Amino acid sequence: MTLTRRDILKMQAASVAAAAVGIASKATAQPVPGGADALQIKWSKAPCRFCGTGCGVMVGVKKGKVVATHGDVKAEVNRGLNCVKGYFLSKIMYGNDRLTRPLLRKRNGVYAKDGAFEPVSWDEAFAVMAEKCKAALAKKGPESVGMFGSGQWTIWEGYAASKFMRAGLRSNNLDPNARHCMASAAAAFMRTFGIDEPMGCYDDFEHADAFVLWGSNMAEMHPILWTRLTDRRLSHPHVRVAVLSTFTHRSSDLADLPIIFKPGTDLAILNYIAHYIISTGRVNRDFVDRHTTFMTGATDIGYGLRPEDPREKSATGAAKAGAMTPSDFESYKKFVSDYTVEKVAKLSGVEESQLKALAELYADPKKKVMSLWTMGFNQHVRGVWANHLVYNIHLLTGKIAEPGNSPFSLTGQPSACGTAREVGTFAHRLPADTVVTNPAHRKQAEEIWKLPPGLLPGKPGYHAVLQDRMLRDGKLNFYWIQVNNNLQAAPNSANETYPGYRNPENFIVVSDAYPTVTAMAADLILPTAMWVEKEGAYGNAERRTHFWHQLVDAPGEARSDLWQIMEFAKRFKTDEVWPKKILDADPAYKGKTLFDVLFRNGTVDRYPAAHLDQAYENHEAKDFGFYVQKGLFEEYAAFGRGHGHDLAPFDTYHDVRGLRWPVVNGRETRWRFREGHDPYVKKGEGIRFYGRKDGRAVILGVPYEPPAESPDKEYDLWLVTGRVLEHWHSGSMTMRVPELYRAFPGARCFMHADDARERGINQGAEIRIVSRRGSIRTRVETRGRNRMPYGVVFVPWFDASQLINKVTLDATDPISKQTDFKKCAVKIERV
Amino acid sequence: MRSQNRTRLNSLRRAKLGLLGLASGALLFAGIAAAQDKLGKSPRLTGPSPATENIPAPPLARPVTDDIRKMRNYPEQPPVIPHSIAGYQLSLNTNRCLECHRRQFTEASGAPMISVTHFMDRDFQILSDVAPRRYFCLQCHVPQMNTAPLVKNNFIDMTKIGKGRR
Repeated sequence: MTLTRRDILKMQAASVAAAAVGIASKATAQPVPGGADALQIKWSKAPCRFCGTGCGVMVGVKKGKVVATHGDVKAEVNRGLNCVKGYFLSKIMYGNDRLTRPLLRKRNGVYAKDGAFEPVSWDEAFAVMAEKCKAALAKKGPESVGMFGSGQWTIWEGYAASKFMRAGLRSNNLDPNARHCMASAAAAFMRTFGIDEPMGCYDDFEHADAFVLWGSNMAEMHPILWTRLTDRRLSHPHVRVAVLSTFTHRSSDLADLPIIFKPGTDLAILNYIAHYIISTGRVNRDFVDRHTTFMTGATDIGYGLRPEDPREKSATGAAKAGAMTPSDFESYKKFVSDYTVEKVAKLSGVEESQLKALAELYADPKKKVMSLWTMGFNQHVRGVWANHLVYNIHLLTGKIAEPGNSPFSLTGQPSACGTAREVGTFAHRLPADTVVTNPAHRKQAEEIWKLPPGLLPGKPGYHAVLQDRMLRDGKLNFYWIQVNNNLQAAPNSANETYPGYRNPENFIVVSDAYPTVTAMAADLILPTAMWVEKEGAYGNAERRTHFWHQLVDAPGEARSDLWQIMEFAKRFKTDEVWPKKILDADPAYKGKTLFDVLFRNGTVDRYPAAHLDQAYENHEAKDFGFYVQKGLFEEYAAFGRGHGHDLAPFDTYHDVRGLRWPVVNGRETRWRFREGHDPYVKKGEGIRFYGRKDGRAVILGVPYEPPAESPDKEYDLWLVTGRVLEHWHSGSMTMRVPELYRAFPGARCFMHADDARERGINQGAEIRIVSRRGSIRTRVETRGRNRMPYGVVFVPWFDASQLINKVTLDATDPISKQTDFKKCAVKIERV
Repeated sequence: MRSQNRTRLNSLRRAKLGLLGLASGALLFAGIAAAQDKLGKSPRLTGPSPATENIPAPPLARPVTDDIRKMRNYPEQPPVIPHSIAGYQLSLNTNRCLECHRRQFTEASGAPMISVTHFMDRDFQILSDVAPRRYFCLQCHVPQMNTAPLVKNNFIDMTKIGKGRR
């Protein structure tokens, strides 16, 4: 007799039910205990705390605690759905190890670099912090202080940080962890269109006939957008899905055309598609002639490694990696003709028939195509190029900036766009696509910020990877990390990140809600309010700006990043940090605190606390005496209004489920650059890429170039790192939710069974993954959700006990400075 | 199945386990107390100490396969999967989960039917079968491994907060 699961279930239930007879239970069902009032939950909207999709969530609060969350049915992005992480948002704030007091390393009652963490007051924490910051400034100047933020900062937090660092401390050493995430996408937007962020929006999902995923695993990393794509594919049989990746994963499960290519060869495949479009006569000549311009990029541009690395010394184009020179269609045609199907099939390992089928999706003028990518393109030593090459294809065919025809760069963090890019928290950026290197842009910022002329520094600061190198080298000595876990996220961390944090010359401050790996390596930990414990705003990947109210109080003495920055600004006098020359020219600024000149400037403090919605608390307004968030937002919005980045009035965003900028005359913009959709395109222009003076988008000729490190005899495997559905990035929130933890409790090494067998390793066995930089111990998975090709292994980075970034290489795209976390060489040993 | 008292069923099961492993239970409580230390020393949360150290990797945990439904934290939480899904195929052409959980198959399988929300399209109209947007089950429903949480979570059930209950 064979027992089915059903039979076993039945028997189990019957026996348990029988045994239960006569046992009293407390949890008997009563009708409405406590009366109908006890049933009430206060529901408010908020964006999800996790990825760049930007789902709307309804948050249920009872007696000051979040008791439930679900997808907001009124949110256009997700229409009532959440992924498993989103559904468990209710529990992310309640891990028992929440930080509730500042912690300072001390010995014998005073700060000591080698001391143990002891609770201190905010006053003591800020006093030590200010002393260390001022000491660095006095000794080495503004270049010795820095801040590392994130695409999880709310809009006003990133904005306040930018003001504090650039105008207050006069240092551009401010960068977001978004540098690790989408700097390549941002750079390519600026170079191609002269204005950042996608022209299309998520409505494209319901209009496309074909979807092409370039190195993206949306099924796990953007699950709700994947539901929209799945909906389109299953509901409309003519729709086709192509998934390109270096290994097979859950997104491949929906693919009509699953393509596995050798790491780095996507560049060649993209150039082949351009060649196919041209050679089969499917170039949209009218579009190309009127709306594009051809350029050629510098080549042999190096790998963003330390200058003494032989790979940098030998790179002839490294000094001018971003150079582009004018070209024309004929030269471009000749250039891509080198990428024949035979040659590219050999290089990439993809069958010719698959390459042709893929190219045909783009070439067919009747098919509307949406291309999607995230880290596969962006974390790439030629990430900017990869972005360019996909725009080339859409521009050659004119498949752009209209419903369903959409090259779409996805983001990984909830406000990578809204804060890191739009506010401009990168080492070279100012709000609304302006830059520190442009004197006119600095002048505009000084005017809006009501600061003396000439105050803002014009030299770009250290980017993420360079900050780590400078910390290690002792050139960056005061460092404040907010909303991110960089010791877990940064590449080659045991050699380039950790030593800098523990360098006795440096003082490291980490603001976080939980004790992370990074916090544990700091000198001062500041307990931080998170998500709905503060009023916030994020901007998602489709240019949607969305707001939320403070819904609950933060535990203990935890305070928002915004409060921390503003309060810390009170510790500095202009006379201590600004040049005498500037103060002498404008004596009115003398003797003021940075808080006064940055946040009590008549603009930021313009709105009284009475403007608050009385249904919600606002801790910052209570402490500072004015509606801080509104003042900061309205001052910030002045940068973009009338310049293609128009934001709606502050209050509007508390009523709506987000709006996609530019918002002109109360109307959002779904498709930019297209007449009838975008108010910045004049009647009769049809299409205009107005970010560039000539109104034309760039088609760039750049070649395939190899990765910084490829497998060899000794280090014989490719290592790819990434994420899993259940954990968000470094896992500091999701690992503390029992259901999410138990769904995927630890990292592992996904590996092809033949690779395992050849090394005498069984499923589940403990191994050591070793690179030229370092190693970790982990377990082998040959049967999991990721099905690896021979010669490639994948390790997710969420697990703090298996810091895979000790193994990765700190090579970056030389243009965007974004790390390539997808390609380095490793060997695997049995433990 | 309707007559079953799920709460009772689970508490009974727990009681049984508790009797069997009283000693290990005590150890578990001690573990939780240790985790209450504000700088909990679970390497999976805070890393090795120092972070540059390499530490042994624990064996891969096995999935919970007891088929016992877990109470949801709140009504709209997607239920977790109380059985193994090893080898399940979910693809363009086939969906192993629906072979038991689809409305038409639940009588034979005894599995819970996919919820009514799963029949709704983007405009909340009911379709005759699972909505395409809900096709990939594992985006919301996840199996659980047999392993203890790293740190206690202080989330409070909504029925335990309210008038006369606190």
